[in-house]
Amino acid sequence: MRFFLRRFAFYVFTAWAAITINFFIPRLIPGDPVSALVAGMRGQITSDQIQSLTVLFGLDKHESVWMQYVDYLEQLSHGDLGISFGNFPLPVTSVLASALPWTLLLIGVTTIISFAIGTLLGIVVGWRRGSWLDGLLPVTTFLSSIPYFWLGLIAVSVVTYAGYFLPISGGYDPGLVPSWNLEFIGNAIEHGLLPAITIVVASVGGWLLSMRNMMVTVTAEDYVTVAHAKGLSERRVVMGYAARNALLPSVSGFGMALGLVVGGTFLVEYVFSYPGIGLQMLQAIARHDYPLIQGIFLVVTLAVLAANFLADIAYLALDPRTRKEG
Amino acid sequence: MTAAATGLTTATPPPDLTGTGGAPRRGRGLRRFLVNGKVTTGLVILLIFAVVAVLGDTIAPYDPSKRSSDILQGPGWKHWFGTTHIGQDIFSQVIVGTRSVMFVGLAAGAVATVVGVVIGVTSGYLSGAAAESLSAISNVFIVIPALPLIIIITNVVPNSGDWTIALVIGCTSWAWGARLLRAQTLSLRRRDFVEAARATGESTWRLIGFEILPNLTAIIASSFIGTVMFAVATEIALAFVGVSGISEWNWGEILFWAQGQQALPQGAWWWFVPAGLCIALFGTALSLVNFGIDEFVNPRLRSNARRSFRAADGRRVRMRVGFTPVVQAPPRGEDNER
Repeated sequence: MRFFLRRFAFYVFTAWAAITINFFIPRLIPGDPVSALVAGMRGQITSDQIQSLTVLFGLDKHESVWMQYVDYLEQLSHGDLGISFGNFPLPVTSVLASALPWTLLLIGVTTIISFAIGTLLGIVVGWRRGSWLDGLLPVTTFLSSIPYFWLGLIAVSVVTYAGYFLPISGGYDPGLVPSWNLEFIGNAIEHGLLPAITIVVASVGGWLLSMRNMMVTVTAEDYVTVAHAKGLSERRVVMGYAARNALLPSVSGFGMALGLVVGGTFLVEYVFSYPGIGLQMLQAIARHDYPLIQGIFLVVTLAVLAANFLADIAYLALDPRTRKEG
Repeated sequence: MTAAATGLTTATPPPDLTGTGGAPRRGRGLRRFLVNGKVTTGLVILLIFAVVAVLGDTIAPYDPSKRSSDILQGPGWKHWFGTTHIGQDIFSQVIVGTRSVMFVGLAAGAVATVVGVVIGVTSGYLSGAAAESLSAISNVFIVIPALPLIIIITNVVPNSGDWTIALVIGCTSWAWGARLLRAQTLSLRRRDFVEAARATGESTWRLIGFEILPNLTAIIASSFIGTVMFAVATEIALAFVGVSGISEWNWGEILFWAQGQQALPQGAWWWFVPAGLCIALFGTALSLVNFGIDEFVNPRLRSNARRSFRAADGRRVRMRVGFTPVVQAPPRGEDNER
């Protein structure tokens, strides 16, 4: 329980740090581009919206930074992130709400698949060290050195060359309306297939290597020798003794790796014009849509924190030592 | 990376308190490191890239930005990697672009390593609130997704040249190294050789500089390499999405133009394949060196050792780490005489 509380306190602290970074970055923009944009939209946006942008971007220079910060926190607690310039008149929150599910599904599914495949392969390769399986290592090293987005470009050109057997752009056919019927879901899965394969291929190598190295290290531990000496079946020694312990660093590294996966996924979304957060963010940058950029950074960071917290809970379940204290 | 951290505890060289006789040991270690096939391969590839980066525009056959009438041509004798939509030579772009990639990678790696060493070693060696808060800061930086943060900052900073990008990447990616260094420093600071040096009245700075730091070399080197890989990938990603200023050629820039000019639908594969392969080759070379460091520190990770032997009676015995090979007695029992 103490472990749990300590981690929880850490995440609250990190969330606060992210919110504070998000507060300061726009205030460092030289030349006040946001005021210019707001001035250009006068007559179109309501005074409420101007007020919320003022609080978000510190447009009122007469207020002290501390008061700005208090106002900012108060506004965030209402879930008001301002309006998106690029998707006028939609508020940032509704742009986020329509883009977030796509990214969450894409990252969630691909990360779980590549973690599972990479870890299982890592167990086998680490256990059978010195066999032909070691030949996999240079291949995976090369694959994990390739940038996600470049692999995506190659996938697009291969599919184009082979005659468009899979859709290469977008999240669903333009003629369809997003809803929960079978036709739409099938179409969305078909569109997600290529980006998902790209991310899995590019990220599986990292999991494989770290699991392999941990397996090799753990195999030499005394408790594995004891398990073997007891005459347990090889399967039980591998899964119950060696792999279970070798998995711990992978699980605790899961959250950190997620930050990298998020970055890679953003670019994959860009390559495939996948309607997720990454594509929104890159478009927002091209359009100088500052409120949307800030909102996306905040939401992505909070989502990564939540995923880290889940990884910690998994760690708690896997490692009894963390449960024992307190 | 995790394996390196765990392996180090067993592989730390014994303390050499007299200060003599350390040199030959180190020389042998360096040779053992260099003889490793992976390290040699990696270093040779890196060396080639370094030479290309230094010579850059002097060996490029054309000016990378110069237009010509050879529009969108495939690879051939005149243009080894083909040309772009306005007749620029892609081979020259790749060669000239190497410098910017190497520069940002090394500069960001250096910045991140210095910050990481200062914060990691300080928070590991000292104790109390200051150390705890330094460690909390590095944990925060680990968890916050780096690429969105870097995109936002470079977007805010005016005229983002190579220097700015290197600084931004360096200042946001030091935390992982700092965390590893802190963990290792924590385990080193109560070792006997450190206690002995402390007992003789050495100053804190000397303890850190001469007793602790030399034992962190492997972690520092591998986190430097890791940061260089991350920095190169990030710079290329920034150029690819068009966030960084378009001032100098780099590999991401080539891909940016290839994507923007619809190279794919036109079947101009030569426009994006060379740059991508260079990125992958550079990354592979760096990770080969990193494997070399891991294997140097934790020899069990080596994979080239022979594992399978033929026993005297013709059976094959598989050697396994941690297991005593047991050869079952052959059914006829003649084996006992041998």
